[in-house]
Amino acid sequence: MNLLLIIIAPLLTALMVLLCRNKQQVKWVSLTGSLIQGALAFALYFAFRSETANGNSSQLLFEQKHILFSALNINFHLGVDGISVAMIMLTSLVVIAGVLVSWNIEKMTKEFYFLLVLLALGAYGFFISLDLFVLFFFLEVSVIPKYLLIGIWGSGKKEYAANKLALMLMGGSALILVGILGLYFTAGHSFDITTLSKTTIPAHIQHIIFPLLFAGFGVFTALFPLHTWVPDGHSSAPTAGSMFLAGISMKLGGYGCLRVATYLLPEGARQYADIIIILSAIAILYGAFATMMQKDLKYINAYSSVSHVGFSLLGIGMLTQTAITGALMQMVSHGLMTALFFAVIGMIYDRTHTRQVNEMGGLMRPLPFISTVFFIVGLCSLGLPGLSGFVAEMTVFVGSWENNDTFHRVATIAAAMSIVVTAVYILRAIGQTAMGPLKNEQFATLKDAAWNERLAAIILLAGILAIGIIPGWLNDLLRPAAEVIMNRVTGS
Amino acid sequence: MNDLFILMKAEMAVTAIIFLLLFIKVGKGMKNEALLPLIQTLLLVNFIAGFFFNKPGHLFGDMYHTEQGTVLLKNILSLAVYLISLVCAGWLKRTPHLAEFFLLMLSALLGMFLMISSGNLLIFYLALELSSIPVAAMANFDLDKKRSSEGAMKMILSSAFSSGILLFGISLIYGTTGTINFASLPAQLDGSALQVLAFIFLFAAFAFKLSVVPFHLWTADVYEGSPIATTSFLSVVSKGAIAFVLLIVLYHVFRPMYETWIILLMGLSIITMVVGNLFAMRQQNIKRFLAYSSIAQVGFILAAMINGGPAGFAAVAYFILVYTFSNLAAFGVAAVIASQTGKENVDDYKGLYQTNPFLTWIMALALFSLAGIPPTAGFFGKLFLLTAAGEEAAYWFITIAALNMIISLYYYLRVVRAMFIDKNENPLPPVKTGPAEKLGLIICGAGIVLAGMLSWVYDYIYQMIK
Repeated sequence: MNLLLIIIAPLLTALMVLLCRNKQQVKWVSLTGSLIQGALAFALYFAFRSETANGNSSQLLFEQKHILFSALNINFHLGVDGISVAMIMLTSLVVIAGVLVSWNIEKMTKEFYFLLVLLALGAYGFFISLDLFVLFFFLEVSVIPKYLLIGIWGSGKKEYAANKLALMLMGGSALILVGILGLYFTAGHSFDITTLSKTTIPAHIQHIIFPLLFAGFGVFTALFPLHTWVPDGHSSAPTAGSMFLAGISMKLGGYGCLRVATYLLPEGARQYADIIIILSAIAILYGAFATMMQKDLKYINAYSSVSHVGFSLLGIGMLTQTAITGALMQMVSHGLMTALFFAVIGMIYDRTHTRQVNEMGGLMRPLPFISTVFFIVGLCSLGLPGLSGFVAEMTVFVGSWENNDTFHRVATIAAAMSIVVTAVYILRAIGQTAMGPLKNEQFATLKDAAWNERLAAIILLAGILAIGIIPGWLNDLLRPAAEVIMNRVTGS
Repeated sequence: MNDLFILMKAEMAVTAIIFLLLFIKVGKGMKNEALLPLIQTLLLVNFIAGFFFNKPGHLFGDMYHTEQGTVLLKNILSLAVYLISLVCAGWLKRTPHLAEFFLLMLSALLGMFLMISSGNLLIFYLALELSSIPVAAMANFDLDKKRSSEGAMKMILSSAFSSGILLFGISLIYGTTGTINFASLPAQLDGSALQVLAFIFLFAAFAFKLSVVPFHLWTADVYEGSPIATTSFLSVVSKGAIAFVLLIVLYHVFRPMYETWIILLMGLSIITMVVGNLFAMRQQNIKRFLAYSSIAQVGFILAAMINGGPAGFAAVAYFILVYTFSNLAAFGVAAVIASQTGKENVDDYKGLYQTNPFLTWIMALALFSLAGIPPTAGFFGKLFLLTAAGEEAAYWFITIAALNMIISLYYYLRVVRAMFIDKNENPLPPVKTGPAEKLGLIICGAGIVLAGMLSWVYDYIYQMIK
């Protein structure tokens, strides 16, 4: 399969959106475009599976290389492994759902969808590029859309949130930039991941570059204490914006931490693993406790995202094959779950015009579909078996336990304890919004989800269930890739 | 004789246009409505002609030399002047002395061409003067505005001062080495104290023209007071030419003293970036804002200058091209708005998107490009500058430069926020963009988007420089 299609599809969608004459056209073009992207993502999955089933054991498939800046040895090098495929599928699902839930955007519809598609384009490009320069380019492409989406269509302290997000992410990018330039020069003028992975970089240089890269990507994926943009950014963004931010953009950071920092700098990863574990354990617990104090549904999900993403970073820090597989599963699972969470919150807010938990109550009666989805996604978040959250977190814990020393054990137990806290805040939030008597009489006449909202919810739910009930396929996809990374870290 | 015309083709072409304008002015004269399109066409022809019949060589006993790299830079400068004539058309059409304005501007351009090609400190000095005195006159072109005269006065005084320092430096160099030829100078340089002093004087003159901190104090006032056409010329053409010449002088002439000036260069680069960025944060007037932002950009150019290889030269030349597009787009939008509403403040731009979406998008593209955010060419420009710097410098230097990109993003976003996000009951009314201005802005916008994505642009520049 030609990987260029993966970026050409959103690019064409964006251009087509610009050419549209009215809002209806914009919406349908965006939806068609995102469905095509989804189809391509699944086609990629099946192509990938048939290749591996046919015994193609090369680490990266469908590679292609075009010379970009020959003088600087920068190439447009594309290729995928299991991780990229999983991330692309996640992205495509979130994009479809995001387009669907934004169906009723009235203000500057064309610009909204254009920026949304641009954001998706950045993510797709990021996941398939194997050249650090191109990867960095796609990472940065998302800055403009994120800023404008929050600033124009956001709510609350949107100017502040948009500025904070843009500047913090730019700070992360600055660190990444220094890191990749360091790699470029030590490896003899190459940005190519495959070349870099075959070069041995001196340990003392790895010790400098690794923290730069990990912290840089860490900003994107809410590594404690660089997570402070998350609550403001997520809660001020419009619904689709929050979905993209939490569902896709945060995964860019996790992917970068793993593919760029850990994979290319194994010595650095070993050196700093303990610090990563400590930071992510703090994030998991701190995020969970901070969520307990929140009254606003979006803040609840934003802080719980900090906690949940902590699990993927914990998995990376544990440096065992199972833990890394779990970390990747958690990324996919959290992407779907949090996108759905934000979608549901958006649906509730559109109807009740409040996001305060204590102002709601008894929404199950007027809004059965929305409340049920809310319920399921909440259970997924607290790790109920049968849903994706359980599979991912369980894998992380099992992988973590493989390290049989006190430090790792304590960190694992501490992280596992957060699940109890999660259960408290999730059940309380759901209970107060969906259960009990109707608090506000006006809510009795609310209309349940429309077709677009139902479709969006069902698509994301299908993903969650597919991982939760039959996790094998995702495991098969991710584990070989995680093995490659682990082999490099252990040096075998 | 033939060589003279072929090698000095670019200078000859500009001189021809100057004389043509002079004849028109002395003769019957022309109405601005007819003259401006004529000038624009001539400048376009001049730009296109720059690509043909180029031959490397030297003249007048090495005083003048031309090669692929210098031709490339001259072409970029010609393009910039052509774009200025387009984007500032609104103001140019109304100025009562259009022919004189272009006479001065083209004289300054001629000076820059000669400066880029100079192979001798004497001709370099003459060319530098030719390129700066007309600009002071251009700064005074808003005849009814006091600030314009004030800016011109500041410019000419400080310009004369820096020329004095430059001459002093040149005389010291002649005194210690006995030559002013670029080619024979390096062999004579031994790094004696007097030569270091001479170099510092010489460098100060460059720093002044480039508005490197601490020689930047004239910049904001002159930028603010002058008409936008002059400001854009100063910020783009003048900066670009001087930056390139500085690179040539540093590496082709003062190479033996590398150890002495490299620290100076790195220090000045960082100070310039930081000060430019910090001062840009609080500016209200869009011209002052862009003045400080251009100071910060110069800091980035200096950063790449620590690499004297082809990567450094190419990065600087490429950045000048990108910077031309971005800055002229920003100044162009400011010019269009200022020439019709007289508004020049960031606050006046609030809610601009509702009434002027085209101008807003161009401005936003320009600002993102200046901030170095993809998909604009500014991203590639900044990255190549830092890549060039990274080849020579330590991590701390690159880190400071990269962190400066965050500060700069902050203030560029301020303008973006004003245009897109801030609410305003009375946004500026829809502004009419004339066809010439529109063409200019579209060229700039296309340049911003395409100069990076089309990778052959950089490769072409690299090939030419090498």
